[in-house]
Amino acid sequence: MSAEQLVEVDDVSFAYERRPILTGVSLKIPRGKVIAIMGASGCGKTTLLRLISGQVRPTRGTVRVDGQVVHELDREGLYRLRRRMGMLFQFGALFTDMSVFDNVAFQIREHTDLPAELVRDLVMMKLHAVGLRGSHAFMPSELSGGMARRVALARAIALDPMLIMYDEPFTGLDPISMGVIGQLVRALNAALGASSIIVTHDVQEALQLVDYVYFVSEGRIVAEGTADEVRASRHPYVHQFVWAEPDGPVPFDYPAAAFRDELLRAPHV
Amino acid sequence: MFDAVLRGLRLIGRNVIDRIWRLGYASRFFAAVLMHSGTALRRYNLTIREIYFAGVLSLIIISVSGLFVGMVLGLQGYDTLQRYGSSDSLGVLVALSLVRELGPVVAGLLFASRAGSAITAEIGLMKATEQITAMEMMAVDPIARVVAPRFWGGVISMPLLAALFSALGVFGGWLVGVVLIGVDDGSFWAQMQAAVDFRQDIVNGVIKSAVFGMAVAWIAVFEGYDAIPTAEGVSRATTRTVVTSSLAILALDFVLTAFMFRGI
Repeated sequence: MSAEQLVEVDDVSFAYERRPILTGVSLKIPRGKVIAIMGASGCGKTTLLRLISGQVRPTRGTVRVDGQVVHELDREGLYRLRRRMGMLFQFGALFTDMSVFDNVAFQIREHTDLPAELVRDLVMMKLHAVGLRGSHAFMPSELSGGMARRVALARAIALDPMLIMYDEPFTGLDPISMGVIGQLVRALNAALGASSIIVTHDVQEALQLVDYVYFVSEGRIVAEGTADEVRASRHPYVHQFVWAEPDGPVPFDYPAAAFRDELLRAPHV
Repeated sequence: MFDAVLRGLRLIGRNVIDRIWRLGYASRFFAAVLMHSGTALRRYNLTIREIYFAGVLSLIIISVSGLFVGMVLGLQGYDTLQRYGSSDSLGVLVALSLVRELGPVVAGLLFASRAGSAITAEIGLMKATEQITAMEMMAVDPIARVVAPRFWGGVISMPLLAALFSALGVFGGWLVGVVLIGVDDGSFWAQMQAAVDFRQDIVNGVIKSAVFGMAVAWIAVFEGYDAIPTAEGVSRATTRTVVTSSLAILALDFVLTAFMFRGI
C-alpha cells in the first residue's frame, strides 16, 4: 500500500449468484485526483463503487481504502470508514420526508453532538458551496432534478469526506446543470482535499474535468489513460465510446437468430 | 405423465422451502429490529413521530368504525335479547363483544389496512429510491433509524386504538339501545359493570390488541424492507402486508381466545 493511493482495487472479481459482473479488475485512485470509470450501461461500473464502499464483497481479490481491506472490516469498522466517504446517488436519493436543511444536517446530527447553532452554520456552509443556501426550507419534491442533485452533493460532503463517489452524476440533467455539477466536482475536490471517483457514461462532460479515466467493458478494464490520451486513443472500444459511434466492438444488434429465419418462423412465438 | 407429477411435486417442494426460508428470514429480521430498538426508544422523538403517523392519523377511521360497530351491536343485540325478555342485558352484550373480540380484531384489521400498508409502502419506496442505501452509505443503520421507530410506533399505537374502538363502540351501543330504543339507562350500565371483569375481559382484550399490533407492525416493516425495489414490487409488498396481517390477526385471535377463555 503506497501512501499516495487512497483506493487500490487489486485483481477483483465479482459475481451475482453465478453471473460474473467483474473479472480481474485492478485500478488505483491516487489522493487528491478526480478519476472517471466509464463504460456502457450494465458493464459493472456501479458494482465497482459498491465494492469500494463495502456494500458487496468481492468473490476474489481485495479492495483497499486508506490502507484498510474493505471486506475484512466488521460492521463498526465499515461504518467508521463510510463516515469518511461521501456518495452522490444517480437521482440524489434525498430523504423525501425531510426538508433540504434536514437532509444536509442528517449526517451531522447522527454522528456528532454539535449544538443546533453550529449544525445550522455547517449546513448553510455546505448549501452555500453548492449555491443553494436559499433553498434550505424546500422539500425535495419542490426541487428540479439539477437542484436535487446539488442538495444531495451538499449532503454527501457534510462531514468533509476523504473520498467522494459519484454514481452517474450527469444523467437526466440539462446542459447548464451538467456544467454546474461538473464544476462543483472539481471545486469540492480541491476545497476538501478529497479524491473523487465518477462513474459515468457521459464522456464529453467527464473528460473535461477528470485527471484519469478507466474504461470498463464486460466486467474488465479494457483501457485507461488521461483525458487527452483517451481522446486520441485508437483502441476500437474507446474510440467507439468517445466518439459515440453506433457500431463497432459494441455491436448495434443484440445477439439474435438470423433475420430471415425470424421472419419465416411460425407466428405463435 | 410421470414427468408432470414430478414437476408438480418439485413446484410444491420449492414453494414450501421458499416459504420456510422467508419465515426464517423474517424472524431474523424481527430479532434485528429488537436488537436495534435501543436507538428508537432512546431517541423517543423518532418513535413519537411514527406514533403520530400510525396512531393519530388512524383516529378517524377507528373512531367512526367503532361507533358504527357499537350502534349495529346495539340494534342486533336488542333485537335478539328482547325475544328472551332480557333486553336490560344489552350493555353486557355490547361491552363483552367489543372488549373481548371486536375491539382488538376489527381495530387490528383496520390498523393493518390503514397504517400497516402505509408503513410498507413508505419503507419500500425508500428502498426503491435508494434512500435506504444512502443511509447505509452515511454509516447510519436503517434498521435502527427507519425500521425500529416504525415498528414501535405501531406496537404502541395499536392497543390504544383498540381501546378507543371499544370505548366508542360502547358509546354507540348506548346511543342506539338507551337513547333511541329506550332500554333502561341504569340497567345498561349497572349490568355492564357487574358482568365485565377487568382482569378477565379488559386486560385480555388489551393483551390481544398488543399481540396484533406487534404482528401487524412486524409484517409491515418486514414486507417494506424486503420489497423488490420497483413500483410493482412495492405494490405487491403493500398488498401482502394487508393480506398477511389480516390472516395473522384472525389466526392469532383464535389461538389467544382458546388460551384466555377456555375456563368459561
